[in-house]
Amino acid sequence: MKSKKIRDNYITYAVVILAYIIFQILASTGHLSSHMKGLLVPMTYYAVIAVALNLCVGILGELSIGHCGFMCIGAFTSAFFSKVTEESIPQAPRFILAFIIGIAFAALFGFLIGIPVLRLKGDYLAIVTLAFGEIIKNIINAFYIGVDSNGIHFSMKNSMELGMDPEGEVIVNGAMGITGTPHDANFTIGIIVLLLTLIVVQNLVNSRDGRAIMAIRDNYIAAEATGINVTRYKMMAFTISAAIAGAAGVLFSHNITTLTASSQYFGYNASIMILVYVVLGGIGNIRGSVIAACILYMLPELLRGLNTYRMLIYSIVLIVMMIVNWSPKVIDYRKKLVAGFKKG
Amino acid sequence: MKKFKDLLSVTLVSAMLAGTIAGCGNATEATSTEESAQADGAVFKIGAIGPLTGGAAAYGNAVCNAAELAVDEINAAGGINGYQVAYSKEDDELNAEKSVNAYNTLKDWGMQLLVGSTTSACSIAVSEYTKQDNMFQLTPSGSAEDCVKYDNVFRVCFSDPNQGIASAQYIDEHSLATKVGIIYDSSDVYSNGIYQKFVAESEGKNYEVVSAEAFTQDNNTDFSVQLQKAKDAGADLVFLPIYYKDASLILTQANTMGYAPTFFGVDGMDGILTVENFDTSLAEGLMLLTPFAADATDDLTVNFVTNYQEKYGEVPNQFAADAYDAVYIIKQALEAKGATPDMSVSDICEAVKSAMTEIEATGLTSSKMTWDASGEPNKEPKAVVIKDGAYVSAD
Repeated sequence: MKSKKIRDNYITYAVVILAYIIFQILASTGHLSSHMKGLLVPMTYYAVIAVALNLCVGILGELSIGHCGFMCIGAFTSAFFSKVTEESIPQAPRFILAFIIGIAFAALFGFLIGIPVLRLKGDYLAIVTLAFGEIIKNIINAFYIGVDSNGIHFSMKNSMELGMDPEGEVIVNGAMGITGTPHDANFTIGIIVLLLTLIVVQNLVNSRDGRAIMAIRDNYIAAEATGINVTRYKMMAFTISAAIAGAAGVLFSHNITTLTASSQYFGYNASIMILVYVVLGGIGNIRGSVIAACILYMLPELLRGLNTYRMLIYSIVLIVMMIVNWSPKVIDYRKKLVAGFKKG
Repeated sequence: MKKFKDLLSVTLVSAMLAGTIAGCGNATEATSTEESAQADGAVFKIGAIGPLTGGAAAYGNAVCNAAELAVDEINAAGGINGYQVAYSKEDDELNAEKSVNAYNTLKDWGMQLLVGSTTSACSIAVSEYTKQDNMFQLTPSGSAEDCVKYDNVFRVCFSDPNQGIASAQYIDEHSLATKVGIIYDSSDVYSNGIYQKFVAESEGKNYEVVSAEAFTQDNNTDFSVQLQKAKDAGADLVFLPIYYKDASLILTQANTMGYAPTFFGVDGMDGILTVENFDTSLAEGLMLLTPFAADATDDLTVNFVTNYQEKYGEVPNQFAADAYDAVYIIKQALEAKGATPDMSVSDICEAVKSAMTEIEATGLTSSKMTWDASGEPNKEPKAVVIKDGAYVSAD
């Protein structure tokens, strides 16, 4: 049983590495269009955040629809850091530090939010996480932070209130967000982050802690009765999940140079889109999340040729995929089909 | 179940690979059409990007339609330097990430010059990539300051700061008010940009800013608080650096309150007379700075409006006018340097870039536009006032 699980984990790593090698070969031989090249990095960070959400929804069993809020925190803190230190620190150590900062802040907020939120269950938890995601977005929209020779200036009113030197620079400009973040992310780094995420999550799931977390998911009362510290394990899973979402945010903000806390990137629609990746890939199925995130991100892009019809087709494909994957009748039918093949 | 999972992952991985291969297919296709195009009568390839779906689709469609109209006209009249122009548009859903994807798609198609992106944030994100590729980018309506921070990017519209400054100067010069109230959208880049510069420019002018109230896109239905504050502060002019949809509500609610100051808007106000169920008589006396009014009577505007209406069935707005001008500006710049389509993207960019600072363009949005190397246009702001349900020049 154990070796089977480990083999399963290695298959996941192998799929990711194989995909990486294939794309690299295609890119270096000039067979990859610029369109596809541009899609590779977003694909990796959506896969990362899908894995993070799967840890929360599938392994911990708590429905969170505010995960983009953590992504937003990771994105803004790391972009702020990179923008401020763009001149003073060389690219490689700066980007590593940006990751540490983005992940640390997202984890911190995950922890703080977790304290009140994890007392709730089911629908209530979903609503509170949703509200949290919206709050983060709106608060960041009200931030004005500038840097000049006197240090950091902060205002929640407008950029004129900062009282900066003329040569000072406004870094976070309210709804205009952060522009001009250095373009540090690339496909290789994205894949490394994805692999690290997979290693962390899969090892957690197969560890003593992971089994405790899943015990809480399966039966809260029984888990508590056997002496599992429910609060501690819940917090642990939720904080790790938030930290990984923060890492996805760091990749996001260093891939696109304009960062605004608007709803199309960090609102609840975006969070639900990620939940769709998780549900389609299979709740609790880590590999499924990665594959579903990649396919569902690519699909509307590959359908570009169909112009405005592509949104309609995307929705239909989504419905069909859900039915084919998860309707019990279809699963039965497919099993019969597979059995038929075996006989024949 | 295990078997099924294996089967599932195999299917999905193969689907993913199939997707990649399909992507490759497109890439090779694009290059081959480019080659054949170069072989038999080359064409200039101009691309446009804008939100064609979703909430901001009106802007993206206006830009993409007007650019298409301009390209069709140019082709009918013999093209640029004797070469025909190919045109393609891509959707960005008002999302910077998708805008970059759209740009890459157009690049695969063989685009040489970009008219876009329509909105500021998207345009900034795309400019990072046009800079890398050294492709000439002319944004019709990306008005944020940072849109033109690279030397290969120019714009047609006024920048947000310039609109704020121009509004402040106009109110000052014409002594329109003594006390000014402002209502702006703090969740919107455009509105914020104008508001900030307007306040900064108002220092030392012959009026005083007495109230500045914000709203966001999440609470844009009730403006009575903001209006009441402006009224209490005794503002005799209310500056509205916002889009027309919210402005129409403000005008209606001010009327209910019995508050009748002068309302002053910027180019986002263009379109207020077309809002459904809005009593246009409330807009009487509304002043706005706009580069384009669809009912102007000069030949160029009349022609454009009739053709646009015939083809797309609606009255064009200022976004459309900017995009239409953008295509003609590119034409003029290409002609000034005698550029040909067989030049590389980078060579075309260099040629057009140097031409941009030399040409003087005439278009729908201004009778005289010039550029300096920063990419900002120099043109006169036009103020119009609404009289009897139509725009009339305010001067």
